[in-house]
Amino acid sequence: MKKLTRWFSKNLIKVYAFLGFTYLFIPVFYTFAFSFNDSGRSNLVWKGFTLKNWKNPCGAPEICTALGNSLKIGIISTILATILGTLIAFALGRYKFAGRSSTNLLIFLPMATPEIVLGASLLTMFLNLGITPGLLPTIIAHVMFCISFVVVTVKARIASLDPRLEQAAMDLYANEWQTFRRVTLPLVAPGIAAAALLSFSLSFDDFIITNFNSGTITTFPKFVYTAAARGIPAQANVIGSSMFFIALIVVVVGQVLSNKRKAKI
Amino acid sequence: MAAIRGVSAKKFGLKDKKSALPYLLLAPGLLYLTVFFIYPIISLGQMSTKTSSGETGQYKQSFRFTNYIDAFLESKEQFSRSFIYATIATLLALAIAYPLAYAIAFKSGKWKNVLLVLIVAPFFTSFLLRTVAWKQILGEEGPVIKVLRGLHIISPQTTLTATSFAVVTGLAYNFLPFMTLPLYASLERIDPRTLEASGDLYANGFTTFRKVTLPLSMPGVVAGTLLTFIPAAGDYVNAAILGSPSNKMLGNVIDARFFKIVDYPTAAALSFTLMAAILILVTVYIRKAGTEELV
Repeated sequence: MKKLTRWFSKNLIKVYAFLGFTYLFIPVFYTFAFSFNDSGRSNLVWKGFTLKNWKNPCGAPEICTALGNSLKIGIISTILATILGTLIAFALGRYKFAGRSSTNLLIFLPMATPEIVLGASLLTMFLNLGITPGLLPTIIAHVMFCISFVVVTVKARIASLDPRLEQAAMDLYANEWQTFRRVTLPLVAPGIAAAALLSFSLSFDDFIITNFNSGTITTFPKFVYTAAARGIPAQANVIGSSMFFIALIVVVVGQVLSNKRKAKI
Repeated sequence: MAAIRGVSAKKFGLKDKKSALPYLLLAPGLLYLTVFFIYPIISLGQMSTKTSSGETGQYKQSFRFTNYIDAFLESKEQFSRSFIYATIATLLALAIAYPLAYAIAFKSGKWKNVLLVLIVAPFFTSFLLRTVAWKQILGEEGPVIKVLRGLHIISPQTTLTATSFAVVTGLAYNFLPFMTLPLYASLERIDPRTLEASGDLYANGFTTFRKVTLPLSMPGVVAGTLLTFIPAAGDYVNAAILGSPSNKMLGNVIDARFFKIVDYPTAAALSFTLMAAILILVTVYIRKAGTEELV
């Protein structure tokens, strides 16, 4: 007994961390488990195990249209935000220039503004200009809120680079462009990849800003929100769980690749 | 060590010569933010003092600043509720996330990267699905309430969902990774030798934590609490899914005024008030906490 209490007090922080992770994952496991529920329209009570939801993820009406829209919006917004944000990150991370602090402020403000204000202000502007909410306004909105997160992520990566690597390249008679292309860019690439992944998950999961600017277009989070009132079809759990596993695989493969590259160097 | 190297590398790498290149790099992104962030905020400000021109959805500018007073008086209850809920949820998230970040930073060994991925991983299952999952876990058909009632811990009439408890824990749950990651980043930067030095000077574990670890992790605490508080104060999804009509937050009011009542000017006035209140709070908080280092 004494041994047990001693082990407990020594490992208290680990026990606590385990409980913390359990708390984080309870709804994830619940969502996964209920993707196998042999339910009718609403997926509230456990009625028995089935694979039919996984065999037919588009079985619920509208769900795959919504998923398709979310993927389309996510991919286009990620590409645009990653390009715009990375350019800003290089300017901030590599150059001294007049207007640095106001640039930093302009990057920080969208992150410090509640989503509902961002969504409402864009909708107001679109309505003033006579633009109907829909797919394009949603993409415009997503690029806007993703840029700041890209800048912060890529800038952190640039700041952590060892400047001696670039100096070495210059010493070996590489010009500025060659140094950038052959040394700087490959070193910053993992940061850019992380920023793109972050953008995509922010965009794919966004509800509030999307709800304001998408009009009649449904996205996956919008589908879940509307369905929540009358019960969510189990197919939504299938799609949510699949996204979870796909993202984990992407992260793990990325980690393995970067470890291999490190080992080579 | 890593931090020191990072700072010197940054200073070292900054190019000082006069060149148009940085401005060319900045131009597209900053132009984009000006058109689709600054300008919409201005549009929102203009909308907030308009009045209806008779037809639904048509408004004319009449600089009616009493829109603000009307909107505020009508929803002051939800306004204060938003800030109370967000504050409690932020403190709750801090209490859960700090030991978690501490364990990852100091006790995880080679599992560090895996655990960091696990902190972000729940994000990939849509946050709406996870919030609905909580509703079902805590709801009338769920396991928790049956166990609690079976053990007579709560009376048969007591519910867990449709309460302020459910909304606040939902907020704390949803923004937990935003709290954990900055905390981890600032804890991980602490040189373990400073903790050893504290022990060598006869400080016990608790004193070391209070006098060394905690002060050094303050930038993480500030960043984490802001990243949790700001979205929590503007959120309406948790209140809509986990709460009852008596738990409505300011976000629910703004949402309803835009889409159900279709009264854009007061909705805009409320959004503007929310943004101003948050900006003032954040500025005061950063001054008090004494750190300018944010992101």
